[in-house]
Amino acid sequence: MPKTIAEHPALADKFNQDEERVNWHDQTLWWVRAKRDKAAHTLPEWEELRNLASQIKHNVLANLSEYLIQFEENALKNGIQVHWAADAQEHNAIVKSILQKQGVSQLVKSKSMLTEECHLNEYLQQEGIEVIDTDLGERIVQLAEEPPSHIVLPCIHKKKEEIGELFHLHLGTPAGNADPDFLTAAARLHLREKFLTRKIAITGVNFAIAETGEFVVCTNEGNADMGAHLAEVHIACMGIEKLIPLRRHLGVFLRLLTRSATGQPITTYSSHFKKPRPGQEMHIVLVDNGRSRQLGRKDFRNSLKCIRCGACMNTCPVYRRSGGHSYHNAIAGPIGSILAPNLNMKDYADLPFASTLCGSCTNVCPVKIDIHDQLYKWRQVLVQEGYAPAAKKAAMQGMAFTFSHPAFYRMAGKTGKWFMKTTPFVINNNLNPWFKQRDMPEPPKESFHDWYKKNRQQNGHA
Amino acid sequence: MVMHSREKILDAVKRNQPENTSLPAIPFFEQPFTDLAQKFSEVVQAIGGEVHPVSSYAQINTILKEEFGNKTIFTSAKELTELVDTGITYANAHAFADLELAVVEAHLAVAENGAVWVTEDLLQERALPFIAQHLALIIHPENIVPTMHDAYAKIGTLDYGFATFIAGPSKTADIEQSLVLGAHGPKSLLVFLLTK
Ligand code: SF4
Repeated sequence: MPKTIAEHPALADKFNQDEERVNWHDQTLWWVRAKRDKAAHTLPEWEELRNLASQIKHNVLANLSEYLIQFEENALKNGIQVHWAADAQEHNAIVKSILQKQGVSQLVKSKSMLTEECHLNEYLQQEGIEVIDTDLGERIVQLAEEPPSHIVLPCIHKKKEEIGELFHLHLGTPAGNADPDFLTAAARLHLREKFLTRKIAITGVNFAIAETGEFVVCTNEGNADMGAHLAEVHIACMGIEKLIPLRRHLGVFLRLLTRSATGQPITTYSSHFKKPRPGQEMHIVLVDNGRSRQLGRKDFRNSLKCIRCGACMNTCPVYRRSGGHSYHNAIAGPIGSILAPNLNMKDYADLPFASTLCGSCTNVCPVKIDIHDQLYKWRQVLVQEGYAPAAKKAAMQGMAFTFSHPAFYRMAGKTGKWFMKTTPFVINNNLNPWFKQRDMPEPPKESFHDWYKKNRQQNGHA
Repeated sequence: MVMHSREKILDAVKRNQPENTSLPAIPFFEQPFTDLAQKFSEVVQAIGGEVHPVSSYAQINTILKEEFGNKTIFTSAKELTELVDTGITYANAHAFADLELAVVEAHLAVAENGAVWVTEDLLQERALPFIAQHLALIIHPENIVPTMHDAYAKIGTLDYGFATFIAGPSKTADIEQSLVLGAHGPKSLLVFLLTK
């Protein structure tokens, strides 16, 4: 296939060359997942909250055009300037035009996955504009000239020694010092100077409220607030799916977001921006960039409910062992693998296959997105459209065939069982990418179909 | 061009919207805890804050003097301004760059997550609770509600320019998931539970 972008298996292989790091990565993310479980279990109403969040988001998808108009009307009343961007290019051009009007060539930016999606940093750099990312993790990957590898934990793939080295090179900290307290203090000083001197701040948006025309930004570090409150111009960039109808719906989403993300009861700061402060300019850029198209895809529209908590990544056995960069997309992991093919089927055809379909992502998702079902459905779409990666295509077509031919499925199941029992190592080859470097599990003594048939018969239903 | 994109987006969204479903009613969930001040204090401590139950502003002042000596303090709490000599005159938020401690009185706090709701009118400068090296918040125990649902019921459709929930000191765990207090905002948080 004529592709310039390396595919997930190749990139995962690269990440897997450092086994110690992979194990560390795997265990750290699992630890974050465990913290999420603990936080979720303290709320007896957890499942009900997930249902509520999903229902609210469904109502948002069904009325998005109305909510967008309502939001715009209220935001304008509040004195916020509203911009609409059909795609990434237009988003970047809007940001640039605001900077040009101010005659400013430097800015600070807090975390915004949307600006990552639009490749805003690269674009502005080419235009001669300096962007300083102020989230510590994002600043670290920026200094390393890498993209974030996780939407909540941008430099989760980096060891502290590497960060110490980067800071030594760029911030002048002593060589060999890799103490997290020390490095964080150094970054605090370095970035404070930027907050105090930059006239423009860009932030992301976690939630925008149609009812009031305000938007909410959540951080633990306080970097979005430091940037926005000290700047003369605040530009907030958001995907159009970030809308929620009512302010009180924040009660549901803020209870779910951080418990799902890191296991904290809430982020340190949940800031509600409603009006610019006197003398300040506030802009909001509403970005489509394929979202309206995804909304029209019946099987995939639920992916627009995502609140970017990262829980599906932390729990994903593939993400944990292949690393965020193996997804070669701004948003990695299971949800990124659903969003990316909507942007470009050809470039991201490999991603829906980067999953075991174990369903763990679906189980933890706070807005109840049917993540693993959607990954499975994307595979079918991609095969039909002729974009499936070659090795996976053969396997997929085999699966599609067996699923639509019950007799063959029964035989294949039995044969497979025999095959695995007799020659467990044979399946461990390059034709079966998911079993690379993994031992096949012990096959069950009888296949599910045999077991089911027997039990049905025993119960007198056959 | 801007109008053009607006119409294009709204049009595409409208065309692709799924069938309508109604918004769910959101219940107030009964919580397993009953002592709100106690739960709030426990959570604030768990997320890195320090809680001081006090019964007067003078007592707050004494504690602040003990902990911060002669360092720069700025307060937007009216009752404290007479007690605390801030010595700061300022033109804008940048003047707070070297501020050691900001003291802010708040109207509402949440027991389940230790979050304190602060609105712009209590701040004077939006940057104040973020830029100071340390932050102290004053809360009256009767203003603590059980959950975020109760908090938003109280906030309602209140008008403000800016408002924020603050839960604990500023923090990061971006370096190998080691928790460090004091990322960009305050390195410590003191919460005074003021019973009158
Ligand atoms: S898909 Fe669900 S679990 Fe994954 S980031 Fe989005 S909200 Fe979180």
